[in-house]
Amino acid sequence: MTTPQLTLRATGRARRRLIVNRVAEVAAIAAALSAIVVLGIMVWSVASRGISALNLDFFTKGPALFGQPGGGIAPAIVGSIVLVAIATIVALPFGVMTAIFVSEFAPKQWADQVRLWLDTLNGFPSIVIGIFVYTLIVKEALPVLGIGGHQSAIAGGVALAIIMLPLVARSAMEVLALVPNGLREGSYALGVSKWQTVVRVVLPTSLGGILTGTTLAIARAAGETAPLLFTCAIASNAVDWNPSHSVQSIPLTIFTYSESADPNLHAQAWAAAFVLIVFVLVTSLTARFLLDRSRRKLGLHR
Amino acid sequence: MEAASVPQGETLAPSRGLRDRLGDKLFYWLTGIASLISVLLVLGIIWRILKGAWPAIQHFGLSFVSNNVWNAPLNEFGARDLIIGTIVTSFGAILLSGPISVAIALFLSEIAPPAIRGPAGTLIEMLAAVPSVVIGLWGIYVLAPFSAQYLQPAISSVLGWIPIFSNGQDKVESTVFAAILVLTIMTIPITSSICRELFLGVPEELEEGAIGLGATRWEMVKTVTVPSVRGGVIAAVILGLGRALGEAIAVTQVIGNFIPLHRSIFEPGDTLASRVANQYQGAITNLQISSLIYLALILLVISFFANFGAQLIVKRSDRKLAGS
Repeated sequence: MTTPQLTLRATGRARRRLIVNRVAEVAAIAAALSAIVVLGIMVWSVASRGISALNLDFFTKGPALFGQPGGGIAPAIVGSIVLVAIATIVALPFGVMTAIFVSEFAPKQWADQVRLWLDTLNGFPSIVIGIFVYTLIVKEALPVLGIGGHQSAIAGGVALAIIMLPLVARSAMEVLALVPNGLREGSYALGVSKWQTVVRVVLPTSLGGILTGTTLAIARAAGETAPLLFTCAIASNAVDWNPSHSVQSIPLTIFTYSESADPNLHAQAWAAAFVLIVFVLVTSLTARFLLDRSRRKLGLHR
Repeated sequence: MEAASVPQGETLAPSRGLRDRLGDKLFYWLTGIASLISVLLVLGIIWRILKGAWPAIQHFGLSFVSNNVWNAPLNEFGARDLIIGTIVTSFGAILLSGPISVAIALFLSEIAPPAIRGPAGTLIEMLAAVPSVVIGLWGIYVLAPFSAQYLQPAISSVLGWIPIFSNGQDKVESTVFAAILVLTIMTIPITSSICRELFLGVPEELEEGAIGLGATRWEMVKTVTVPSVRGGVIAAVILGLGRALGEAIAVTQVIGNFIPLHRSIFEPGDTLASRVANQYQGAITNLQISSLIYLALILLVISFFANFGAQLIVKRSDRKLAGS
């Protein structure tokens, strides 16, 4: 028997090329794996340290007196709800109206400008936005309305609203652009005016997408700390629903506890981080899933 | 019948038309003003920051940028090492996260089997959703100790002859390097998700052409996929840079808040954003508050130039591509 002269095994240069290719592929796989592993380690660290400190008191009580065990973050939970509610009430109408103007009325050039400026706003460091609101309504009262002059949930909420605005507006623009033109034309053909068309046809069609985009923005705002530092940071330890008072919040609680010397507070910081991370990951995953679905649904109409 | 219907139409049409026209006008102006406010917000922020920083600008002038002191009791403030710290941490972060993000994007767009692409992409994007304060908390108690124990000694035993990698104090945990690692983790999801979209947008015919000519997948990526979207990839990295420049919370948690800077990155340091965040309870005098706002102004200017530079690079590489 003779050995075959021709093999399919690559040799020389070809072999080197295949090896390089394989190395590159393995490197790419390793990069992706490492990112996922880091996320896994992070979530696991927070969960394993946070769950043990979770109990009913943690959600219903205020912080314990200094150095004593126990206590909870009820004021921070309530404060975060107040802050995010204010931010949503401010950002949602502004964001959606901006998006409506851009997609229904504005000439293309103006639309491009609005997009550019919104992206610029989105790129601003969040601490700068906190400082902006501080100079606007915390350091001194707002000239005409007379509100402010001190830290408050309103100031913190406005800072968070500025973080949310570009996110809400951009996602709303994207969804409005997906609404089939046939729907608008059908409405015009029936003699319906433009604004009625927007309110009765365009908005209901895109409502799901707009709300999920808003939910993503809420998930982002709920975890922001930097905008609150100068606007809503120094607060009492009691549960407080009053928006003109400065309130506690979950991110700031984690921030101050993490730098504290008291090990009991470290445990509370991990538990608060667990609550926050569960809220943020669950809402953004759900919103993303719904957004994909509504995009697909709108896409099918075309 | 005709005679009856005409006046009826005449009485209906103007009132409805008027309401519609008024409604349209009102709606147009309402939404227009909302969009104008969104646009003016950017200018408003720049104006208020400039105004807030003005006392410090008058007091220190441009020497604020070159002075290196932060002494509240003596009312002496300067930003030099904070600027250097900001640049070192964010460029360090994108040097690490840039290549990793491109590799991740290539995995998600070219290599991974379709069943894995979706879930893996979502997981990596979830990394972007983790609040920075949680990453910072994890950084203090998990990442920084690990880095001080293993990574920093390992790197300085190999590269210690270069001053910036020289061995720091024994196992100090709050370091510039820890901040770089945290920022790397925070910028990866941003850069990689944009790069993935870019790579998916490269026309299939181009890539198949390369494969048809006998290229391996790596050669296809190197010669076709990446070069055809080079400008976009650079822009994606700069977008990550912008995030790293402005991150305040996670950095202030791990960096140690210390100036003057050491020569080595395995020592504590500070950045502009981190210094501002760190002073939130301590700023008392008007000059100190104004100096903090001055820091924010410098931060805005740096991130503006980073973004502007990115756009220039994108334009130039697009032109080059069009020319070739």
